[in-house]
Amino acid sequence: MGQVINIQPITRIEGHASIEIKLDDNGSVKDSKVHFLALRGFEKFVEGKPAEEVPRIVPRICGICPWHHHMASIKAVDDCFNVTPAPAGSMLRELMQTISHLEDKLLHFFFLAAADFVIGPDADYSARNVIGIAQANPELAKKIVTMRHKAKMILEKFSGKAIHPITAVTGGFAKPMTESDRKEILAEMRELLDFSMFTIEFAKKKVFPPYIDTVKSLGLIKTGFLGTVDDEGALNLYGGNLRMMKPDGTYTDFSPKNYTDYISEHVVPYSYGKMPYARFWNEGFSLDLDQPKGIYRANTLARINVCDKMATPKAQAELEEFREKFGRPTQATLLYHWARLIEAVYSSEHAIELLENKAITDPYIRAKAEPKAGRGVGCVEAPRGTLIHDYTTDENGLIKTANMIVGTTHNLGPINMSVDQAARSLIKNGEVTEGIMNRIEMAVRAYDP
Amino acid sequence: MSEKVTVASESLNSCAGCEIAVVDLGARLLDVLGLIDFVHIPVLMDHKYYGQAGDKTKMDIPEATVGLISGGIRNQEHLEVAEEMRKKCKIIIALGTCATHGGIPALINEFTNDDLFKRYYSTESTDQPNKIPDDGVPPLLDRCYAVDEKIKVDVYLPGCPPHPDNIINALTGLISGKTEDLPKKSVCDTCPAIRHGKGQVEKLQKFFITPEFKNPAEPIDNMKCLLEQGILCMGPVTRAGCGGDKKTPRCISAGVPCRGCYGPVKQNGNQMLDMLNALASNGIDIKSLPEYSSMLRFSGAHDLLKPKYTKEEV
Repeated sequence: MGQVINIQPITRIEGHASIEIKLDDNGSVKDSKVHFLALRGFEKFVEGKPAEEVPRIVPRICGICPWHHHMASIKAVDDCFNVTPAPAGSMLRELMQTISHLEDKLLHFFFLAAADFVIGPDADYSARNVIGIAQANPELAKKIVTMRHKAKMILEKFSGKAIHPITAVTGGFAKPMTESDRKEILAEMRELLDFSMFTIEFAKKKVFPPYIDTVKSLGLIKTGFLGTVDDEGALNLYGGNLRMMKPDGTYTDFSPKNYTDYISEHVVPYSYGKMPYARFWNEGFSLDLDQPKGIYRANTLARINVCDKMATPKAQAELEEFREKFGRPTQATLLYHWARLIEAVYSSEHAIELLENKAITDPYIRAKAEPKAGRGVGCVEAPRGTLIHDYTTDENGLIKTANMIVGTTHNLGPINMSVDQAARSLIKNGEVTEGIMNRIEMAVRAYDP
Repeated sequence: MSEKVTVASESLNSCAGCEIAVVDLGARLLDVLGLIDFVHIPVLMDHKYYGQAGDKTKMDIPEATVGLISGGIRNQEHLEVAEEMRKKCKIIIALGTCATHGGIPALINEFTNDDLFKRYYSTESTDQPNKIPDDGVPPLLDRCYAVDEKIKVDVYLPGCPPHPDNIINALTGLISGKTEDLPKKSVCDTCPAIRHGKGQVEKLQKFFITPEFKNPAEPIDNMKCLLEQGILCMGPVTRAGCGGDKKTPRCISAGVPCRGCYGPVKQNGNQMLDMLNALASNGIDIKSLPEYSSMLRFSGAHDLLKPKYTKEEV
C-alpha cells in the first residue's frame, strides 16, 4: 500500500473541498481526487415556494457572488411570468451586477490569491495570507481594503443590502436612481477604474514576473472553454449567447435557453458536486489528462478565451497584450488570475458606461407582472463562471421544478485534472513538502472555487 | 508580544457571506487585526486540520479564546469540526442565522435526504448515476441543525449576514470582557416607516407592486408601513439589528419588505406562528398567503421545519 496525502481543508477558497493524492510504492502519483463536500439542495427546497421569492433565497448559494444568483434567478422568474423588465430596471440590475464583479475580483486577487505570489508559495503558512501582506506592506493594504470596500459600499448604499441582495424584483428593480445617486456613484466608479488599472499594472510588473514559469506550467491541462458573448462577439457578463470553444479554438454559439442540448452533468462517487461536460461533442466524459473527453472550463480565463474582443477600450488594450503574450485560446491555469484583472478593468469601464447614460435615472423601473405557469431560464456570467437557473412554475406561480448549474460547478472536473497534473509534476519519489502541497492548492485557487 | 485575543473561525453549512461581512468592516478590519490574532480561519489562512503535511490522523484546531462558527451542522465533518471548536475555544460565537437558526439551508428540513438525492442527481441536465456519492465525502446527518443543537453556544450573532457593525461590536465587547447579545427588539421597533394602526388591511397581496411612497428618492421615513400597504413584511417577528449602528432596516430602506433574516426576536421564537398570530389578530385573512413555510426560511432548524410527509404515509 502506497502513501496517501490529504490536503484538508483546501484553504483560501470560498467553498468546501479537500484533496486526496494516492502514491504508488515508488512514491509516484497514482491517483488524485478532489472531494467537493457541499450539498445543500437548493434545487429541491425552492420547490413549492412562490417564484418571485426565489431571487431572495438563492443568493445564499454563495455569499461572495450573491448578486449573480440574484440576477440569474430574477431573469428566470421574469421569463416564467413572461414579463419584460422596465428598461431602467434592467440597467440598474446590470449596473449592480457589474460593480459586484469588480468587487469580487479585487477580493479574490488581493485577499485570497496574492499571498502565494507576494509572500511566496513556500513561505510559512502563518504569514502566507492577506494578514501577512498587511503586515509586510501596510500602505498597500490600506489602499486595497479601502478601494474594495468602496465598491462594496456602492452596492450597500444604493441597494440596501450588498450581501444577499433584494432589489431585483419581478419586472425590474425596487428602487429608482436619482441624479445625485448617479453622479456620486459615477465619481466613485472613476476612482475604482483608476484602481483597477493600478492593480493590473502592479500584477504585471510585480506579481507575475518572478513566477512566470510557474504561471505557464502549474496545473496546465487541455480543455474547451465556455463563456457569454454579445451579438458582436464581445465578452458580456450580464447576458447574450453562450459560446462553447473546443481546445482547438473552434466554437459553437447557442442560446442559454437550450443549454440542456449542449451540457450534461456527470456524477462521480467521490464528490457531491456534479461535473458538467459538453455532451454535444459526442465524446462522453473523461478526466484523463492525456485524452480528456467533454471537458471544458468556465470563469475568467474561459471568457477571455472565447470572446472576440472586449467592448471597452482599456480592457480591449489589455486583451490584445494578453493574446500577444499567450495566444488564443491559452490553457495555462494560473492565467485565470491575469484574466480576472482584465475583467476588473472591463467591469469598471462598463459600470461607468451604464452610469453615463442618463436613462438609468428613469423613474419607471418596474413592469407589472403576475404569477402564471411557465418555464424560465436565467443566465449570467458569475465571477466563477456561467450561471444557469432554470425554473418551471405552476398556475399560481409556485416553483414546480428548479435546476441550477452554478459557475464553479463547470470547473469541478478541470480542477480535479489540474490537481492531478500538478501532483504528478511536483511529487517525485514520495517527497512531499509543505511548499509542494501549497503549489498543488495554487492550481485550485486559480479557479477561485 | 501584545495581549492579542486569539480567534479561530470556521464555516460549516454556509455560503461564506458571514466571513465576507467581516471583510466588509473595511478599514476597521485593519484595526481589528491589530487587536486579535487569527489562529485558524480556512477562508483566509492555510492552517490545516490534520497537520500542515496532512500526516496526522486526528483533527486539530489550535486553542483560542474566541471561536467564530458560521453555518449550521449538516454532515459528519461539520459535527466533528464544531465539537473540536467547542473543545479548543473558551467562547463560542454562533455567527449568522445559519449558525443560530439553520438559515436558508435549513429549508431542506422540509424534505428527507432521499428527496434531496433523488432530485439533485436526476435534474434535467444530469446523467443518472448508479449510486449516490459516498467515497471520501462526509455522510449527511438526517437534517440541518443550528449549532446549539449540537454544542453549547455562548453568544448568538444572527443575521444573513450579520451587519459588520454587529460583528465589530461583539468582538470589541469580548476584547474588553463583555459578552453581549443584540437587543431583543423587533425590526418594526427600529423601522421609521409611517404606521397608522390596526384594521387597515384585510388581505395580503404578493410583492408585485412598487410600494406607495411619497417620494422614493427620500428616506423611508416617508414611506407607509409595508404591512399596512397589504404587503407581507416579517418585521414584527424578526429581531432588529440588520441596519447596524444606523438602525434603519436594510431591506425596507430599499422599499423591499423584510423576510426575517435575523431570525426570531427571542432566540427560541417561532417566526411563522408569531407572524400568523400577528396577522390574524390584526384582522388579516391568512388564507390570502400562498404558503406559510417560507416564513421559517431563516429559522427552520430546532425541529421547526419537518418533512411534509413521512415515507410510511406515502
